[in-house]
Amino acid sequence: MNPALPEELPQERHTWSGNHRRAQIGKTLGHIVLLLGGFTMLLPFFWLITSSLKTPQTIFSFPPQWFPRPAQWSNYVDLFDVVPVFRYAQNTLIITFGATAGQVITSAIVAYGFARLRFAGRDKAFAVILSTLMLPYAVTIVPLYVMFSELNWINTYWPLILPYWFGGGAFNIFLLRQFFRGIPMDLDEAAILDGAGRLRIFWSIILPLSKPAIIAVTILSLLHHWNDFLGPVIYLTNSRMWTLAIGISALDSIESGFDWTHYQMVLSTLIVIPVILIFFLAQRVFIQGITVTGLKG
Amino acid sequence: MSENVQGWLFILPAILGFFIFQFGPVVASLVLSFTKYNIINPPEYIGFDNYKKMFTDDDLFTKSVTTTLQYSFLAIPLSLLVAYGVALLLNQNLRGMGIYRTIWYLPSLVPSVATAAVWGWLLNRNFGPINYMLGLVGLPQPGWLIDPNWVVPSLVLINLWSVGSPMLIFLAGLQGVPQHLYDANAVDGGNAWHRFRDVTLPMTSSVVFFNLVMGIIGTFQTFSIVYILFTPVGGNQNNAGPDNAGLLYVLYLYRNAFLYFRSGYASAMAWILFLVIVALTILAFRTQRRWVYYETE
Repeated sequence: MNPALPEELPQERHTWSGNHRRAQIGKTLGHIVLLLGGFTMLLPFFWLITSSLKTPQTIFSFPPQWFPRPAQWSNYVDLFDVVPVFRYAQNTLIITFGATAGQVITSAIVAYGFARLRFAGRDKAFAVILSTLMLPYAVTIVPLYVMFSELNWINTYWPLILPYWFGGGAFNIFLLRQFFRGIPMDLDEAAILDGAGRLRIFWSIILPLSKPAIIAVTILSLLHHWNDFLGPVIYLTNSRMWTLAIGISALDSIESGFDWTHYQMVLSTLIVIPVILIFFLAQRVFIQGITVTGLKG
Repeated sequence: MSENVQGWLFILPAILGFFIFQFGPVVASLVLSFTKYNIINPPEYIGFDNYKKMFTDDDLFTKSVTTTLQYSFLAIPLSLLVAYGVALLLNQNLRGMGIYRTIWYLPSLVPSVATAAVWGWLLNRNFGPINYMLGLVGLPQPGWLIDPNWVVPSLVLINLWSVGSPMLIFLAGLQGVPQHLYDANAVDGGNAWHRFRDVTLPMTSSVVFFNLVMGIIGTFQTFSIVYILFTPVGGNQNNAGPDNAGLLYVLYLYRNAFLYFRSGYASAMAWILFLVIVALTILAFRTQRRWVYYETE
């Protein structure tokens, strides 16, 4: 593994080139480009927050106000009267945690089988599972919709949770299998001599040693379901079942004669905040998890 | 219990999931593509009619294909180029690099609903800050999302904001290039350009290849952004921007499946997409021998 950590960089060496001034100029140029680029990347975040603090009047002012006067902090309270935020948040959380639990638990079990046991047909089965990475989701949406409507599961959480309890996706299985394979086999063999079963080894040896990988899969999975739009929009048509993501989209179209753009920005800010929090809390494991798979790709 | 049985038991969830949620639906979708089917009445076999209609008698289908091709041919190379360029910049040994990296990566974590909401507003023709700033420096102010000629460029621009994950994978690839190769090149009298051409580029070509394949699969299936920008939940479900300029393939597929209830037709569209993606992926794999360098070879 060669995880990319934010500050562990190969040192650039200028000694042999001997041209110190050129290196200095290069560094300054690098800083300028990165600063300008970084500023551009941050602009949408700034615009999102600043717009969430505007009124229907100040939002459509020209020239645009970078810092709204007055800053309408009450938008963050009033939104709860306009939109059932708690209901949407509750739906989103149930789906996110339900699906994530399934992905983490079942992908770990399956990855353990692929990584630590030897059995006939294992590599072929793994190749088959891996091939689904290239399957466009569009190919399966119609038959899956038919299947779930036959089960009367439209406008329930099931279509958005249950499928994730079956292996949790090739990507996660792949990621965890790579990690599990890195743990010395001696540990398993010693445990077997001591009379431990496979489940016991999985639970008390492999899992505790794989915390970083498990956390990475958990975070990727949480973000995926929290951000998901296509699934909810297909299966949740009743507004009582809507998620936060659908709520943001629906704020575009409430036909009330009012302009809701500022509320849309408030709700968008609210959906982005947990994502950024999670990222900063777990930056290290998070970036490791992504780059590990990228490198072995 | 033998290791064979145990192994298969561990991977059983993934095997079941493969048949229930992937293989089964793929076959069902192929079968449905030869039928007329609206989910309520049983499917009726109509041979190749769906496919014939698509290529001879459906202007919206043609529109969705050309829009998707325009979008993909701009978005895939541009995002690879920008992601690679930024990764090169972020691979320097400068102070504060961790912060720069975070800033460039963060937008790719933002939920697509929030991305669409804030960019729709940033690109507002009359009140958006982008046109305001363009006006300040005397540049023309395009209509962006309300001008049919500017819709695809707008989508490409929005896509560039979320370039973080290929960027991160490039960065990991760049950090894996062994320092001694750079040293050897410098001893041979190579300058910065030589180092890039003879060391960096060949050593990261496999990462370029990985991002290219992922880019093809992802870009051809872009859905959420255009759906949210042009088809708000509860709003006019037939809207795809001015002159349908934002009618990407999967958006039209979605409409056929869930708005017009032409599930057979939507399945046929899904299979065409599937075949195109498989063909492009095979093409990429075939040509990779010519331009991708693997250390093990």
